[in-house]
Amino acid sequence: MTATPQTREHRQTEFEDNDQTPVGFGRMLRKEDPRLIRGRGRFVDDVQLPGMLHLAILRAPVAHARIVSIDISAAQAHPKVKLVVTGAMLAEKGLAWMPTLSNDVQAVLATDKVRFQGQEVAFVVAEDRYSARDALELIDVEYDDLAPVIDARKALDPSMPVIRDDLEGKTDNHIFDWETGDAEATEAAFARADVVVTEDIVYPRVHPAPMETAAAVADYDRVDGKLTLWSTSQAPHAHRTLYAIVAGLPEHKIRVIAPDIGGGFGGKVPIYPGYVCAIVGSLLVGKPVKWAEDRSENLTSGSFARDYIMRGEIAATKDGRILAIRTNVLADHGAFNGQAAPSKYPVGFFGVFTGSYDIEAAYAKVTAVYTNKAPGGVAYACSFRITEAVHLVERLVTSLALEMGIDQAELRLRNFIRPEQFPYETKTGWVYDSGDYEATMRESMRIAGYDELLAEREEKRARGELMGVGVSFFTEAVGAGPRKNMDILGLGMADGCELRIHPTGKAVVRLSVKTQGQGHETTFAQIVSEEIGIPPADIEVVHGDTDNTPFGLGTYGSRSTPVSGAAAALVARKVRDKAQLIASSMLEVSVADLEWTKGAFQVKGDPSSSVTIQDIAMRAHGAGDLPEGMEGALEAQICYNPENLTYPNGAYICVVDVDKGTGEVRVRRFIAVDDCGTRINPMIIEGQVHGGLVDGLGMALMEFIEFDEFGNCLGGSLMDYLIPTALECPDWETGHTVTPSPHHPIGAKGVGESATVGSPPAIVNAVVDALHPLGIRNIDMPMTPSRVWDAIQGRPRPPV
Amino acid sequence: MQVTMTVNGDEVTRDVEPRMLLVHFLRDALSLTGTHWGCDTSNCGTCVVWVDEQPVKSCTMLAAMAGGKRVRTVEDLERDGVLDPVQEGFMQCHGLQCGFCTPGMMMTARWLLDHNPDPTDGEIREAISGQICRCTGYSTIVRSIRWAATHENASHIETAETAGSSS
Ligand code: FES
Ligand code: FES
Repeated sequence: MTATPQTREHRQTEFEDNDQTPVGFGRMLRKEDPRLIRGRGRFVDDVQLPGMLHLAILRAPVAHARIVSIDISAAQAHPKVKLVVTGAMLAEKGLAWMPTLSNDVQAVLATDKVRFQGQEVAFVVAEDRYSARDALELIDVEYDDLAPVIDARKALDPSMPVIRDDLEGKTDNHIFDWETGDAEATEAAFARADVVVTEDIVYPRVHPAPMETAAAVADYDRVDGKLTLWSTSQAPHAHRTLYAIVAGLPEHKIRVIAPDIGGGFGGKVPIYPGYVCAIVGSLLVGKPVKWAEDRSENLTSGSFARDYIMRGEIAATKDGRILAIRTNVLADHGAFNGQAAPSKYPVGFFGVFTGSYDIEAAYAKVTAVYTNKAPGGVAYACSFRITEAVHLVERLVTSLALEMGIDQAELRLRNFIRPEQFPYETKTGWVYDSGDYEATMRESMRIAGYDELLAEREEKRARGELMGVGVSFFTEAVGAGPRKNMDILGLGMADGCELRIHPTGKAVVRLSVKTQGQGHETTFAQIVSEEIGIPPADIEVVHGDTDNTPFGLGTYGSRSTPVSGAAAALVARKVRDKAQLIASSMLEVSVADLEWTKGAFQVKGDPSSSVTIQDIAMRAHGAGDLPEGMEGALEAQICYNPENLTYPNGAYICVVDVDKGTGEVRVRRFIAVDDCGTRINPMIIEGQVHGGLVDGLGMALMEFIEFDEFGNCLGGSLMDYLIPTALECPDWETGHTVTPSPHHPIGAKGVGESATVGSPPAIVNAVVDALHPLGIRNIDMPMTPSRVWDAIQGRPRPPV
Repeated sequence: MQVTMTVNGDEVTRDVEPRMLLVHFLRDALSLTGTHWGCDTSNCGTCVVWVDEQPVKSCTMLAAMAGGKRVRTVEDLERDGVLDPVQEGFMQCHGLQCGFCTPGMMMTARWLLDHNPDPTDGEIREAISGQICRCTGYSTIVRSIRWAATHENASHIETAETAGSSS
């Protein structure tokens, strides 16, 4: 089982074409790498403070039970234990519950009941991490077991126990119903259709599982009343504000530092009970307290993703014109509705389920329920549930193609929104900004050698071998979001940026967003560099520290480049405008007579009379004259409120071989052509795409947070929750088209989640294509050998 | 109990609990935080170091078991201001994103190239198959190690210093 190395021409070109030390956009090595390759990154668990204590959390062994009693006396008596805290003790301080990002509440420590296996019940603070763990064993909890609600399909059955009896008047497990589109128009379109295809599609529960688990170090200084919290946070500013609200601490006395983060993928957006426990521990003991969850805690209690049970229907004319799409979804939100989504979007951006197609009508209904499983919802690079939406529509389109005997790519080409239709308003009210879907699809087919692949597949089929070719085309909506209709818990989804040019012409740029590996320190230096002409090496990027950066909502939903990237470009333009005024006084010409050559202003048509941005910076800070009324210094700050979302898109083609005897799926090739608008650093973009592809391969083939009937989590370790290694992955093949966003200052659209969104349906479509001759129309993820084999035997099993 | 071992060429002696894992010993007792941990089941490989010139998962070994042995960690890859070609390769080929798996990957890569100076892509993938990277999708890691294989004897001081940073 070794991968086939493929060195393809297009990639070589990209590699060579780009300047290694660009002033502005282009391939450039990352500024964060020199420390990381020396083992000198600083992750939260690397933080060691004098006198620091260690916190460990006792978790529920069962999914649903009433807490009868908790005896902590033996743990308190442990010689190295400083503090033991239960839910009842937190309740006395009004800290037992905290708001979730969806305006529900979640227990910090359980008081009345435990509602999922792994839920936080008590915590211990001790002198070292081993003693803290030892003391957990000494806590005695008596539980009175309750029947658990595990299968979301049965959650609304009146016979089921009510999980959230903490909520006033709650008599069932229902969270919300939501609908979009026009049910009547959709029904009419279905009535006229020549062909209707229906599929039941499950997007199983998965987990972002970043290599670094969640961790925090809380350091409360009793003298000045200041709390410093190092934590694995993708959104340090939003976290600070929420701590101020939850814990009642004054906001200016809270400093959240997110140092190097070992991957996030949305899993580090929520505030976890562990962070609050660390804060409470430090407040009570007066010393720094560290909490670092282990992997099983991470997998069983941290943010899950997906868990959508979908029925999709697609209607078309006999010549393959898609008329309408309709879906009915059951969403399993676990025990607390903790998904991070803009307030007005209870299903995130699932509304883009009409995909990349110009259709007549669409309608969706989503019902969300509580179950006795861990909370979460929006995580694992899902782009606010676009992953589920894209999977649904792309599975449906391929099903329709197979049903009608039309090629998958051809059917898509017939139905794409055409370039001249942008801005395009979908039937569910989303305004797509730009795209050239046909060009992107054809580029992917060119790289794949699509026709030859189909010919090869026919040959193999004739020999009885199972080869499949799968296509998907996604449109994402990212860059949340416009202030007029998007907020999280009342906080507008804007981002700030501050730029200072020092007297010698070096610069510092401060961001509200926070990298977890995406390379912000490089990309943002390049954006500023492009606008102001200072080399990226001379621009320091500061982020992940609320005391030293402007406010903003953070990094998730591929929003850093669309929102904060726009802020960085605009703040640089603002500085450049001031620089132009100074240049006009230095050169004694009017502003209108100056032109900008990246890095200097010169008198139009006269390169010999010019001043560089460095000269201007010195002048701005110097003793010489400035234009009438102008203040010194060369700096600016802005807060960027996006006008619309951006809509990156891409065409993916996957080639699989399925072993008939074992059911093993081998992804032999994967071709990803992305259009994320203007490309800032092609090397980083390629890396983001590769990373999303391996996520998609993992979800499609092996990742699954599964539960037994009692609510025991069966995916609670990396032995059970399988993540792809180098052996399962092909050498990814990438390409691109460029359709800039018309409303983004530099035309960039964001790319962090594109491949996670777009790749799973391509892989499933490839497997379905391979198995189609055996009469198989659908197979759900994860397509493990046993589940594929069952499908081949005619006994497909939906994941529960 | 007292344990003495050689870490990155220096002899160190510390009092430890017999049950202390080597990974915690390196990180907490010696502050060598370049070695990471990412699981409880020996699956992730973010903790790989060398013990007596063999790559091991340091979460799977007690500090006491390393007594009297030679331990080498990521902090020792760069020598006299010269980056190891593997480190250089990871920077040149974007073999890291968050950088959390990277120290472990590089320790394995160094071992591989010491024993197989011109590995195929398949051999590289096999060598790192006990380790997980959640960010890169592995292709760029394979390229990074191949880059190192083809630049083993070059001098890297200059590129190391100019790589993407003034820091
Ligand atoms: S910490 Fe995961 S293998 Fe060692
Ligand atoms: S670079 Fe993040 S896990 Fe490998």
